[in-house]
Amino acid sequence: MGLSLLEGNEAIGWGALDAGCRFFAGYPITPATSVFNTMLRLLPPAGGIVIQGEDEIASMGYCIGASMAGVKAMTATSGPGISLYSEHISFAISSEIPLVIVDVQRLGPSTGSATKGADGDVQFLRWSNTGGCPAIVLAPVDAADCYTLTIRAFNLAETYRCPVFLASNKEIGLTKEAVDLDACEKPAPVDRLYCPEGRTCLPFAPAEGRDVPYFLPIGGERLSRQTSSTHGENGYITTVPTEIAAQIERLERKLTAAVDAYAYHSADLQADADTLLLTYGVTARAARRAAAELRAEGRRVSLAVLKTLWPSPENLIRQLAQPVRRVLVCEMNNGQYSREVERVLRDKTVVHVGHMNGMLVSPERIKEAYHG
Amino acid sequence: MGENSLLNKERPPVFCPGCAHERVLKTLDRTLVSMGLAGHQIAMVSDIGCSGLFDTFFNTHALHGVHGRVLTYAAGLKLCRPDLTVVATMGDGGLGIGGAHLLAACRRNLDMTLLVLNNFNFGMTGGQCSATSPPDAVLSSGFLNRVERPLDLYRVAAAAGAPFVARCSAYQADLPAVMEAAIRYKGFAIVEIQGICPGRYTKRNKLTPEMIEANVRASGAVNGEIAGNAREEYGSAYRRQCAGLQPVSRPRKIEARFTPPARQRQAAAILGAAGQGIVTAGEVLALACLSGGLHVTQKNDYNITVLRGPSVTDINISPEPIDYTGTSQPKIIVALAAEGVERRRAMLAAAGPEALVLAAAGVALPDTRARVVTVDFKKAGIRRQDWALASLAWLAQQNIVITPGMLEAGLAERFKAPVVSSLKAMMEKVVE
Repeated sequence: MGLSLLEGNEAIGWGALDAGCRFFAGYPITPATSVFNTMLRLLPPAGGIVIQGEDEIASMGYCIGASMAGVKAMTATSGPGISLYSEHISFAISSEIPLVIVDVQRLGPSTGSATKGADGDVQFLRWSNTGGCPAIVLAPVDAADCYTLTIRAFNLAETYRCPVFLASNKEIGLTKEAVDLDACEKPAPVDRLYCPEGRTCLPFAPAEGRDVPYFLPIGGERLSRQTSSTHGENGYITTVPTEIAAQIERLERKLTAAVDAYAYHSADLQADADTLLLTYGVTARAARRAAAELRAEGRRVSLAVLKTLWPSPENLIRQLAQPVRRVLVCEMNNGQYSREVERVLRDKTVVHVGHMNGMLVSPERIKEAYHG
Repeated sequence: MGENSLLNKERPPVFCPGCAHERVLKTLDRTLVSMGLAGHQIAMVSDIGCSGLFDTFFNTHALHGVHGRVLTYAAGLKLCRPDLTVVATMGDGGLGIGGAHLLAACRRNLDMTLLVLNNFNFGMTGGQCSATSPPDAVLSSGFLNRVERPLDLYRVAAAAGAPFVARCSAYQADLPAVMEAAIRYKGFAIVEIQGICPGRYTKRNKLTPEMIEANVRASGAVNGEIAGNAREEYGSAYRRQCAGLQPVSRPRKIEARFTPPARQRQAAAILGAAGQGIVTAGEVLALACLSGGLHVTQKNDYNITVLRGPSVTDINISPEPIDYTGTSQPKIIVALAAEGVERRRAMLAAAGPEALVLAAAGVALPDTRARVVTVDFKKAGIRRQDWALASLAWLAQQNIVITPGMLEAGLAERFKAPVVSSLKAMMEKVVE
């Protein structure tokens, strides 16, 4: 079994290709540029299209156009670009446009440090739209996750007709590591549900038994109608409160009611453990080491790595934390996801472990927090 | 409205009485019908403002998005559906906020049509000044339009490379012919259509169809192809560029075929300066380790400048998959330039006696308890940009981290055969 030496960002590109992505638009930004470079290398020979947008807003606009034409589309940026993506994130959420948005996070706030990592956008991604609607956010731990979760991100975007974020980190994106892509989990690609032949489908009427509407591509034989305005099922602007509420509640429900089906995670639990290390992203790697070292000291400690951050998998978090008294939320920021864990676990002691200084959260730091 | 209209029976057009937009809408409808286009062959794309009502009023494919971004959606659609007739509408408000997209579209030259419905103010939000408001107009932005100049779309578009630009009055008799020429044009075509906003603009300003026609004539704009801007359409040029591309092969896998000198977790760091091939050497070291069945991570630290400033690469090596990628105190530190040494001064200061520092002669080190070995690469006739790779040769000779076989495997993964030969010749100059 041989290994390749790949950056997390390259693994994202391969995952996108294997998921059926055939359109990418992006604007250069460290530390996400090598996603762009990889897509430029992979897609055009595969019949796909790669565009360098005149800015981040345009990159998202190109992707929205491509996705509405029925093509799987992806873009990649870092925090400052997510700021500019925001108006189109709102559009894609409200108007149910499948997209994959990679955020290779770097140290903020503002333009911050281009070559230092952080998980500082975790709440930003959750609340990045003007309606407060939920979005799906997946967080890779390593290059293998970058590959698998990118495919999952496309599948979720297609299944639920929504933008899906991949919350990577400079520390994953620009770190080269040994990985065997063929040994990575490779979910079968999923395509959006097209309106069945011979049927008339209203643009935003949910398909039978589902909360997600059928898709009609712009440019197909049957007319497709898309709008960023508040709309009813027919895709026209509406002022009817019941219609408005029904659509917005469906946007929330289609993701939150289904989250147990895509609550990706890994767990390494010990019976009788008093403490759970709950973590995600690159910090999961330090937490894994910390757990091993604590156990070597004879401590009982459980470890869980969330790969689906949003909508928060509440049932999963409760189930993981049920046997323990205390949860240490280890993350590379000053306390973002820990707020969500506190909200979900009201009867537990929830402690944030992390910092924002451009450095990884170390196993030693996690062990210190464990020992209190 | 039957076969003679593409207007939407479900949503009949509603504009303020006397609005020029309604004339343009109907002219566009007649034009599209006369061209023999069916609804499913057309995408009407719009954004915010009164011009953003167009997509609703057409029984075609329709996409309505956020302010000023219409050209970005239109481009995404056209790239993916080259056969689609894409007509974008924007107002003078969208022209201002979407300026970067307009310039990009002019430079790019995708086969689509942009109608700019210029009524010299923001109609929908209450008559504020826009990018095209005349300085002497009385608008709801107070004096602000008096102190800036209106944008001349025709000249801007022509300067930005648009191959087809027209400036029209909403009231001129040959508007359908201009629209048709624009839509038929194989490239990016812009038609600025000046009209009256009775709801806002003409409440406090005198503007008549005759005045608009006179303004259009006086501007001297010649409608049609812009000399010097005509060229191959972007989509066609893009597809031609891609036609000969070979599929990319999957990432190469490196089989474990050597026994490494040690099978334990350790870290190495190469400290140098930009231009010394530090990152490349780190990659060769990482690839060499893979050939020994080891796991590796590589992280690089350098400034944005090329050929100036520090360059550092940090490598973790382990027989097991690597969890935490932060570099613990490295056992092997290669010091090749003052810049890199300065960047990792703390690392050198913390190094204990178990660590080895391989230093290029002439590179000053801070006080360290590590075992220091100095190699005079310069004296050996090795160029400074080869010192990083040469230091790997030294390590391989000593069977530290890698063996000569592993190094050769790493070089063969990274470089083409002739380069490997010359590098090996260079490396032979390395002596302890």
